Amino acid sequence: MKGTESGDNPRMRLPPRRRRKSMSPVARDQQRTGILFVVVPMSLFLVFAVAPMLFACYLGFTQFKITSPPTWVGLQNFEILLEDPLFMTALKNTAIYAAGVVPSSMVLSLLVALLLNQKIRGIVFFRTAFYLPVVTSTVASAVVWMLMFTPDVGILNRVLIALGLPPQRWLFDPQLALPSVMLMSVWQSLGYRMIIWLAALQGIPGHLYDAAEVDGAGAWRKFWAITLPLLKPTTFFILVTAVIGSLQVFGSVFVMTNGGPGYATTTIVHQIYRNAFSYLRMGYAAAQAFVLFLIIFALSMVNWTFFRSDVEYW
Amino acid sequence: MSISAIDRTLRSRWGSTEYRRRFRILPRVLLYVLLAACSILMIVPFLWMVSTSLKPDYQIYEFPPSWIPREFNWNNYVSAWRRANFSRYTLNTLYYAGFSTLGQLILCSMAGYAFARLNFPGRNVLFIVVLATMMIPFHMLLIPLFVILRFWPLVGGNDLLGLGGTGLVDTLAGLTLPNMVGAFGMFLMRQFSKALPSELADAARIDGCNETNIFWRIMLPLMKPALVTLGIFTFQEAWNDFTWPLIVTLTERTRTLQLGLQTFRNEHYTEWGLLMAGTTITILPLLLIFIAGQRYFIQGIALSGLKG
Repeated sequence: MKGTESGDNPRMRLPPRRRRKSMSPVARDQQRTGILFVVVPMSLFLVFAVAPMLFACYLGFTQFKITSPPTWVGLQNFEILLEDPLFMTALKNTAIYAAGVVPSSMVLSLLVALLLNQKIRGIVFFRTAFYLPVVTSTVASAVVWMLMFTPDVGILNRVLIALGLPPQRWLFDPQLALPSVMLMSVWQSLGYRMIIWLAALQGIPGHLYDAAEVDGAGAWRKFWAITLPLLKPTTFFILVTAVIGSLQVFGSVFVMTNGGPGYATTTIVHQIYRNAFSYLRMGYAAAQAFVLFLIIFALSMVNWTFFRSDVEYW
Repeated sequence: MSISAIDRTLRSRWGSTEYRRRFRILPRVLLYVLLAACSILMIVPFLWMVSTSLKPDYQIYEFPPSWIPREFNWNNYVSAWRRANFSRYTLNTLYYAGFSTLGQLILCSMAGYAFARLNFPGRNVLFIVVLATMMIPFHMLLIPLFVILRFWPLVGGNDLLGLGGTGLVDTLAGLTLPNMVGAFGMFLMRQFSKALPSELADAARIDGCNETNIFWRIMLPLMKPALVTLGIFTFQEAWNDFTWPLIVTLTERTRTLQLGLQTFRNEHYTEWGLLMAGTTITILPLLLIFIAGQRYFIQGIALSGLKG
């Protein structure tokens, strides 16, 4: 035994000689391959995801036209932001948009999912019909709905006239413009939410319903007592992701109304875009983007803290 | 009550094939009618789009509106293709979507596997960085990404310091590179790799197989479902992408289909027939892919949606 080399005196017992832990060939191979595998993806990632992230935080505190280097202005952008009526309008519009689109889209998609969860034939056809708008890009959907909304040529007004109601100016009416954009969004996102609901509904074990049926529960009771409670995690997940998505609405607004009429439909991201690429006030736009990030971050934290039970990140 | 007892009770009540239904909310006829009505409502905009694209101009402005075009006017499609340079736009969009997908499939699967199965220094730190960026909304990165592309040294007229020209802005490379790897892809691949059987890898190691071969020959084929999901997701996102191409492209040379749709509108007048033809061309490829491979889309949503 190594420790007892200098006689059997306990006080003279040497500590065991440390052997340099050399890596096994497998571990070395793993290490080499691991580094090899991540070099290219992570380099790209560092340049195009991490660096912009850090740069974005910095930019918010500067004034930056792209023609000259950024100049530090501290919190000035944020002060201007809080007084900017356009930004406030954008915040208000975005909030209205989220508050309108998210609940209606969630409820409608749940209803459709419930209908589709029955044993019916041709489910593939129905599912396709509902999901088709989702596969269409936001721009394409916006354009198609613009056609329907057009006061003179659009079919929506034709339908109204046929029903004896006055035709509307839709996207040209300051009161109706935002609701019109919201209507299109609900139509477009319905299919996607429906699929998630369907997957969740199909995860509910059938014997629960059977047991309830034996106890004499009707359809309504079964829905309230079994379906809804078991859908709670899905509900919250959809809710938070839908809200975070709604807060970033841009494409539909840009294409359909470009923020108008007046500023009736401008949104946060629309303002960011305008300020950065039309007015070249990139520092200010970055500050606005930072505010958007803070709002979304707060919501993500809520999601993470309360509803992460189903997900293992690590 | 035991399951078999429940079985027997329900079977006696509803008959053997009927009882396994979830809950019946409506009589079946009403259900079908309702579903059919809703489905039609959902696709009406598309039907109207195709109808308008095929109508001769005078019929578009007609009152009352009609569904069936009087003459099938394929002219709009030809004009859209030629006049609005849709062939160029399609190529650009194919480039962007195609290389983004290829990049993500290869790079994210490699990185994801490495994060899950290979031990190397700095692995955990790097992955935490990846996770952290998933919280950042893309719109916050728009401006910095543009600036980074603009000042990329030694491209597009730029000197060593990245000054003087336009860098990677308005180039297909500049459009595509940032999209070739993503946090979501790496996260998805890592989750999937973690679930792969390690006994296969161990057996291969005993046989003298090196780690790279283990990945390419054994593990990657097992990752097919995740690859299909990621592939479809990336392709769809890139094909339909609007905001990023809007910012990076400045000229006809690099414009994508989504941006090309704007060609038919100006301040005063929208050419609806042409616009609808253009829109149909733009959405057709994804539509066809979707109809052919519905299963994979649905699978993908379930995978990404429920796993947060």
